[in-house]
Amino acid sequence: MKILVCIKQVPDMESKFKVNAQNNWFDENDLAYRINEYDEYAIEQAVQLKEQLSDVDITVLSVGPNRVKEALKKALAMGCDRAIHIEDEESYIKDSSQIASLIADFSKDKEFDIIFTGMQSQDRGSAQVGVIISELLNIACVSTIADFEYNDSITVKRELEGGLKSIIKVDTPVVLTCQLGLNTPRYPTLPNIMKAKKKELLTIDSLELSSTDSLNETLNFYYPEKSGACLILEGDTSELADKLITILKEKTSVL
Amino acid sequence: MKLLLVGEYRENKLLDVTYDLIGFADKLESEKVMVAIGYESDVPKFDGKLYLADANELGEYNPSTHKQLILDVIEKENPDLIVFIHSSFGWDLAPRVATSLKATQLTEVVEYKDNSFIVPSCNSKLRRELKSKTSKTVITIQAGAFTPLYDSVGVPEIENISISTTSDINFVGYEKAEEKGLDLTKAEIIVTAGRGVGKKDNIPIIQALADKFGGELGASRPVADNEWVDQSHQVGTTGQTVSPKLYVACGVSGAIQHLAGMKKSEFIVAINTDKDAPISEVADILVVADVLQFVPILTNKLS
Ligand SMILES: Cc1cc2nc3c(=O)[nH]c(=O)nc-3n(C[C@H](O)[C@H](O)[C@H](O)COP(=O)(O)OP(=O)(O)OC[C@H]3O[C@@H](n4cnc5c(N)ncnc54)[C@H](O)[C@@H]3O)c2cc1C
Repeated sequence: MKILVCIKQVPDMESKFKVNAQNNWFDENDLAYRINEYDEYAIEQAVQLKEQLSDVDITVLSVGPNRVKEALKKALAMGCDRAIHIEDEESYIKDSSQIASLIADFSKDKEFDIIFTGMQSQDRGSAQVGVIISELLNIACVSTIADFEYNDSITVKRELEGGLKSIIKVDTPVVLTCQLGLNTPRYPTLPNIMKAKKKELLTIDSLELSSTDSLNETLNFYYPEKSGACLILEGDTSELADKLITILKEKTSVL
Repeated sequence: MKLLLVGEYRENKLLDVTYDLIGFADKLESEKVMVAIGYESDVPKFDGKLYLADANELGEYNPSTHKQLILDVIEKENPDLIVFIHSSFGWDLAPRVATSLKATQLTEVVEYKDNSFIVPSCNSKLRRELKSKTSKTVITIQAGAFTPLYDSVGVPEIENISISTTSDINFVGYEKAEEKGLDLTKAEIIVTAGRGVGKKDNIPIIQALADKFGGELGASRPVADNEWVDQSHQVGTTGQTVSPKLYVACGVSGAIQHLAGMKKSEFIVAINTDKDAPISEVADILVVADVLQFVPILTNKLS
């Protein structure tokens, strides 16, 4: 079985973001990057399937600037077999359909049985790339899976709202987008980090793949104005606790 | 601008969020045209046209047939904007419809102004303002971002529609969450542990504060997913919706899906090291502090 896992590298969401000079994204300098949380579940699911079946080959792919190699290396250390870096310094400004067409163009003649992606990225939150890949490749797709089982055929649980899930059976080839809590992503062990250094990491220039024009334009990128309704308390921890207790006594009936 | 709204049903019932779509159309002063895969026994109230396909026949979740059906209505109506709710139904179908139309899709729209759309970014910390470059645009709107319109007068003119295509997935059925062991909806005080609490070993610190208040322990999703706290404590879209007198969010960033479950609390205190954490959008007080230092001191002082 051939599996493709698509991952994105995103900044730590607790970063202090600065808006870039073009006002269309954040300034990428001085940020700590990691694998998009949803994509870690995608990697883990692929690796668990490889552990379950004898003949599984996992390619992990990321579109982005040079730094995304770090994310790919971690995925290799988690158990993927080979990595593809689609190098694109401008990927931050590409829309979901452009990213998806690069991935679909790369995949079209590779006959992947399962393509795993995250349900969404933490920075863009568009929740589109996986679904669009399936549309472009004309294969089935189940989004937001919270449970995966392989038993000659695939059974997944798709998470809906309010604690409800739908149970779905689907054949390969299929795109599955992964939701939080699908599994517990492993930490790479030192021996696996060493082994990963010998695995193939191939870089392809995005210009070698066909992509479309962007379908939308970012006019502005900004911090929303604070409503002013929230009182921010800062300073010495012990004094903060006293202040908070005073306010709770004044404003609520709980103390 | 002409809109096509995509309504939502689940388990034989119209979903309430469908009225968010009607409210959105009303805000844009657009004629109201809706397409839905649902049941004639329960149709939304609005003054306009409803293209209704039978969910008994087509299935409540069937992306390939639903996509084709929506595309057929788009061809008939030629709308400029196709509007879904940002829900498990909407985010699954919107990109399929947009790709077929070669149209752009803008996800989780929270605001509309002069032909541009505002969407959240970086876990709701920042906002992006976007303009579509295609003649048709597909959007999903964030539930609760636009005032729902429940009481528009009139009943929709219904046109029944159908389609015969096969599906590439096989819907087996629904699975309901286990009976909840804990009912947080009646709690007067909830102290919630978020991922900022760091690890399972630190949960007793948060539990001690909850106990001191005589309240219940809540959890954000990663805390429940990681099994630091039982899933029945989870607050949010996929957890419980609560409205206590006091909600204390400890190391919770304030993602939309968490806010959806707790923003109706009477008084909200957030404890977070990050002054920009989006939880401040709903909190009355944001204490900028490390929970592991602050919470024990607070618990102590409360006695
Ligand atoms: C379809 C869907 C449904 C979802 N349903 C839910 C749901 O029902 N409920 C839910 O909660 N989430 C839900 N989520 C997940 C949601 O998007 C967020 O990922 C989640 O709420 C984040 O949880 P958190 O705030 O605890 O963690 P994080 O976002 O990681 O935030 C941790 C916060 O802790 C702060 N922090 C870190 N260290 C400290 C410290 N020492 N002291 C103080 N503060 C600290 C950080 O500044 C940060 O703000 C859902 C997501 C999707 C896609």
